[in-house]
Amino acid sequence: MLKNLEQFNLGEKGTIKTVDGEGKIRRRLFDMGVTPGAEVILRKKAPLGDPLEVTIRGYELTLRKTEAAYVIMEVENA
Amino acid sequence: MLKFALAGNPNSGKTTLFNTLTGSTTHVGNWPGVTVDKREGVYKKCAKPVSIVDLPGIYSLSPYTPEEVISRNFILNEKPNCVINIVDATNLERNLYLTTQLMEIDVPVVVALNMMDQVKKNDEKINSQKLEEKLGIPVIEISALKSKGIDLLMKRAYQASKSDRKGSTIFKSSSLGHLINDVKIALTETSKVSNVLFHAIKLIEMDPLEVADHGDLVKIIDKFKTTFSDSTFGSDFEAFVADSRYKYISKNFSPVLTRPASHKIENLTKSDKVDRVLTHRIWGIPIFLVILFAIFHLTFSEDFLYLGAMGVLSEDFITLEGSFYEGMFGEGSIFSPGVILFNFLDISMTGLSDLVASAMEGAVADWAAGFIVDGILGGLFAVLSFLPQILVLFLFFSILEDSGYMARIAFILDRIFRKFGLSGRAFMPMIMGFGCSIPAMINTRTLADDNERSATIRVIPFFSCGAKLPILTAIAGGIVMVFKIGSAEIITYSMYLLGIATAIVSVLFLRNTTLKGEVPPFIMELPSYHSPQFKSLMLHLWDKAKHFVKKAFTIILASTIVIWVISHFSWGWEFLPNELIDQSILAGIGQLLRPLFTPLGFGSQLNSWGWVFVVAAVTGLIAKENVIATFGTLAACITAGFAPNEALEGIDSVVEMIAATGITVPALISFIAFNMTTIPCFAAVATAKAELKDQKRFNATLMFWLLSSYIVGTIVYVIGTWWWSLFIIIAITVLAVLTIIFLNKKEYTFKKKKAQYGAF
Repeated sequence: MLKNLEQFNLGEKGTIKTVDGEGKIRRRLFDMGVTPGAEVILRKKAPLGDPLEVTIRGYELTLRKTEAAYVIMEVENA
Repeated sequence: MLKFALAGNPNSGKTTLFNTLTGSTTHVGNWPGVTVDKREGVYKKCAKPVSIVDLPGIYSLSPYTPEEVISRNFILNEKPNCVINIVDATNLERNLYLTTQLMEIDVPVVVALNMMDQVKKNDEKINSQKLEEKLGIPVIEISALKSKGIDLLMKRAYQASKSDRKGSTIFKSSSLGHLINDVKIALTETSKVSNVLFHAIKLIEMDPLEVADHGDLVKIIDKFKTTFSDSTFGSDFEAFVADSRYKYISKNFSPVLTRPASHKIENLTKSDKVDRVLTHRIWGIPIFLVILFAIFHLTFSEDFLYLGAMGVLSEDFITLEGSFYEGMFGEGSIFSPGVILFNFLDISMTGLSDLVASAMEGAVADWAAGFIVDGILGGLFAVLSFLPQILVLFLFFSILEDSGYMARIAFILDRIFRKFGLSGRAFMPMIMGFGCSIPAMINTRTLADDNERSATIRVIPFFSCGAKLPILTAIAGGIVMVFKIGSAEIITYSMYLLGIATAIVSVLFLRNTTLKGEVPPFIMELPSYHSPQFKSLMLHLWDKAKHFVKKAFTIILASTIVIWVISHFSWGWEFLPNELIDQSILAGIGQLLRPLFTPLGFGSQLNSWGWVFVVAAVTGLIAKENVIATFGTLAACITAGFAPNEALEGIDSVVEMIAATGITVPALISFIAFNMTTIPCFAAVATAKAELKDQKRFNATLMFWLLSSYIVGTIVYVIGTWWWSLFIIIAITVLAVLTIIFLNKKEYTFKKKKAQYGAF
């Protein structure tokens, strides 16, 4: 099932399918290792619900919901 | 001299390695992006001395942030003899992404596999020999923190630097291999650039800098695109290249790492467990505020843990009346560590200055004794006695930064910051502003958006720096002693909060008027927590203390001498005794400027001594420590004039002088607020000028500082004096906000309409 990283629940896990967006933001996501095939788990949401904290490629990355919306995830159906 | 460059991801330990190699004490923090400019040092243990250049941390050689461009240009243009690529071994995949790019440049590269001690602690294993084979460049295990493997690293780097190296790429046998070759050939034919492989790949990625340089070659790539299509990326080469790098790394390099069988992505690391509390959804923000308050309590409180207020302690608890230590540890309460250290230094310096005074009595002329005791020692000691509190405050801030908590604060506060038009990243330079505005302003280079940067530079001085701390503490202490109200600690804490509030309101205002712009993205690494290193904390404090003392004995000493001289001579260059200071040149200047400060409460409404505030505020433009140094010098002289037989020293005489001016509490608070929000010290102004680059913007910044301090001071004084005026001020603010919103909306709809018409 395809799903936006932005719509993930706490503790939900999936694999990146594609990364949308353009220019700077997209490049930045790539450079930080947010590329197709990487396994991602939503670790935490900040006190006000945004930004998000994810574990990816063995480290913790924080990004906003607006940026997470570009990341399309493949999740296993529960 | 040979030149080696240190390159690697932010927070991978470059600066720690740099310090180990060169014996430097450059500031290190657990926050991505502490180093924003390159720095040089010398390593002496190789056969020949080697110059070491510490480059800013980067994730990639793409040209989107100033740090990336600095590092990229340095390696390409300055041609170091060797690049030492520092790789955080606990974060192998992402760090090797940069390595694959560095290897494409025609320069010897050596990989320093850092944080190997941490890897072992995590029960992981890395086969560095295998990694060396796969990469084709030397790989050396080190621990920069524990100084392990450093000699071997430098030996291998030295060997590598002796022979040239041709760039190599992981794309050699990929589907892009042919295209890369074609572009390489075309590049060599059309221009004489070196590093053809690197430029060819960047050009294929459609890197804006390359396209600008070699736009004529884009057609080769476009032609290739028509024949090429990847199943996921189509012909989006930028995505394809980045993705291929990671895929290659996962397939070829990641297997050198063996994790314990129990490892799973779901497992909570130690950092995750700490974060469950510190960045908790509900408790995260309250915990942050409590930590901040606790720091101020430990530094400034005269009633530690409020034991005195709770009545647990007897009234004369550890007052130690009559002894040298009287009032040092407590007075019906226990003082906080910061206050005890402050008292210790204050008592010692008062004793010292007494000693000097009695030694000189009768031995030298009265004016000479006055010059040395009141003029020099009075001013200097008033400032120096605050050193312990500054150091205690910085110790706590360094611990927060070193541990990795600062990055979490950005995470917690991003949502709030965004409302004001900034990203959470802007938080770091602002917090650094509590230390000193100068490094803070330089650190704004990590912000990619120009308008966000300018707005941040403008509000950095509102985060009250170490030099402003004496103003806060001395005046807050004065308020408590003279008017017997409040507590110094609460006043100090609220003044810090007032500074922050002013900064927030100003940013909101600036980002909606002259410095508009979209909120920049916030994509940041959260470093793992680690316990702060004692050595690095002490180095940081030592640096801070050295800097402060040096400043005290240079700029501040010189200023106090000038202040003493112009306060003891009349316009006709006649020497004036202490009693006649109010006829001096200094008093004259103060009297002239005084009416300007009437709305702020420390102008014409004060009695004949009121000019001291104006004079102190003006000397603060040179260095903020001068405000209290000036007070110290003047107070020693003035109070000596009041009661020649009763010698008051240090802060006591400042308090006495404040009482003598007839100033009110709101006016004193307004005085602090004015000094906190006005034009910062000379050095910070020069830094702002250099960082802003644009002269017009710099002038506007100076105006902004003058206006903000005038407005904030006036508001504080007016509300403090006539409480009902609060409603008028609120009404004006609401009106102003509504006007801005209305104007912005009009512009927005206009733009939208234009866009619509443009589409037809």
